[in-house]
Amino acid sequence: MEKELRLMKGNEAVAEAAIRAGVDGYFGYPITPQTEIIEYLFEANPAETTGMVVLQAESEVAAINMVYGGAGCGKKVMTSSSSPGISLKQEGISYIAGAELPCLIVNVVRGGPGLGTIQPAQSDYFQSTKGGGHGDYHLIVLAPASVQEMADFVGLSFELAFKYRNPVMMLSDGAIGQMMEKVYLSPHVERSKTVPEWATSGKPKSRQRNIITSLDLDSNRQELFNRKLLAKYDEIREKEVRFEEFQCEDAEYILVAYGTSARVCQKSVQLAREQGIKAGLLRPITLFPFPTKRINELAGKVKGMLSVEMSSGQMVEDVMLAVNGKVPVYHFGRMGGIVTTPEEVVENLKFKFIKD
Amino acid sequence: MVQVTGIKEIIKPENLVYKKTDVMTKNILSYCPGCGHGTAHRILAEIIEEEGLQSEAIGVSPVGCSVFLYYYLDIDWQEAAHGRAPAVATAIKRLNPDKFVFTYQGDGDLAAIGTAETIHACNRGENILIIFINNGIYGMTGGQMAPTTLPGMKSSTSPYGRDVKSMGNPLKITDIVASLPGSYYVTRQSVHTAANVKKTKKAIRKATQYQKLNKGTCLVEIVSNCPSGWKMTPVQSNKWMEENMFPYYPLGDLKVPEE
Repeated sequence: MEKELRLMKGNEAVAEAAIRAGVDGYFGYPITPQTEIIEYLFEANPAETTGMVVLQAESEVAAINMVYGGAGCGKKVMTSSSSPGISLKQEGISYIAGAELPCLIVNVVRGGPGLGTIQPAQSDYFQSTKGGGHGDYHLIVLAPASVQEMADFVGLSFELAFKYRNPVMMLSDGAIGQMMEKVYLSPHVERSKTVPEWATSGKPKSRQRNIITSLDLDSNRQELFNRKLLAKYDEIREKEVRFEEFQCEDAEYILVAYGTSARVCQKSVQLAREQGIKAGLLRPITLFPFPTKRINELAGKVKGMLSVEMSSGQMVEDVMLAVNGKVPVYHFGRMGGIVTTPEEVVENLKFKFIKD
Repeated sequence: MVQVTGIKEIIKPENLVYKKTDVMTKNILSYCPGCGHGTAHRILAEIIEEEGLQSEAIGVSPVGCSVFLYYYLDIDWQEAAHGRAPAVATAIKRLNPDKFVFTYQGDGDLAAIGTAETIHACNRGENILIIFINNGIYGMTGGQMAPTTLPGMKSSTSPYGRDVKSMGNPLKITDIVASLPGSYYVTRQSVHTAANVKKTKKAIRKATQYQKLNKGTCLVEIVSNCPSGWKMTPVQSNKWMEENMFPYYPLGDLKVPEE
């Protein structure tokens, strides 16, 4: 079947893609700048077509625990929110990671800390990639840089989530969530009629009871479980790294940027090259797992790297770890909801690396 | 010395008057002597067996003394975060409308940290059963004040007795739930005597049948004791419960469907 071309906001694209991907349930709570997701779902009313459950919860806390319940039944379930709401979900996300449940959490990031601003930011990188809630765990983190990717990553998220029994976060931002672009939508996939063997779906006589839990009071068993999680994360690091390179072949300086910043940096590379500076761009698509190996390889061929983020400098720490001292690594970014301009990035690149 | 003779002759199917329901697992209950949880578990297990719900049931266990409830009943279970069981059960039921979905929660779980989830699940009329064990204390963490601790009642965080001026009044959350249009059947029972066990069992059986009607939330409160937390013997605790808990939390139906 052919893909359908539409002009949509990133948030709307996520919602439409969810219906088309055969998602069983969405549980959310309104918060700017991502409320179009739940609004679109109620307007589209998939209960009448695919049978998808859409529910407005009393809080982000309740919404993520609904996701826990649905995911524990082996269903394809998701939630979405923006930064302050995602903080509220962290308890539930930790339990979901601890019970090894597949689900999708969309974060359309706005500036913080606290209530912060409703404008786009990338200041939730640490929270998303290093765990976020309590305990040793990782989410798989996908960073879309276009409306198209916000749509495409819904299906990919569920594929990865079920493959690894691990929650997936789509880490977008207020710019991509709100802007309109053309998007090719995948055809409808039917909702699954079966559930995985571990799901709580009512115990038939033919099997032992299934228990969804993250609790084990026996320290030795808990440590074994922690080791199992670590092995899973190692496998994800090995197999699921995704990134995109733009003019890195002959680059002397590499910009590392994801999401909205990556789009800005693509223009910065062009501007820098017009000024005779051989710049390139590496865009991580997965933030966990991070393209550590590739960045380390590239570090051997360039004079320096600049991590461009709409934050005070978070991903730069992972870039530094990847580069491991081979070349200087700096950060440049605007905060508070301000989107960096391509010119600012070039100026900063020159200021940091090419002093004269 | 007393000789036990002929025991093998006594153990015969025709002499069987009472047996463990198959829905209870062989795991040994972790509860203190005299605690009401074990009786409440057994009633629930019996109902699941008698109503033929073993393959339909999905239970949600809480954080509290009954956190390991999933060890004891041979059905599918989800362990919820503290207070979140009604939200977890909401999604389970919405995505599996043909299953029998219930939560089992204590007073701290349901009426303190989970107040929002409780009220809103009941207000939406989620088609689930909530079994609410109210013993007026935090048992698992060692006897702290609960939202349902009585005025003047001592606990490790109200060592001189609950001072309602500074600590607030006990929350009659079951009464609040009964006032919500979304709730269908709300009752308060106990399990400390054989007669009360029968009444509680009848209430839970009704709730399982009501769930099939898809008419709204059922909540069965069981006013119970906590000998360890109350620092009493089991017998003393039951007497104290009758004399102090029941006047504040009177037993009986709070909301019954119009037949």
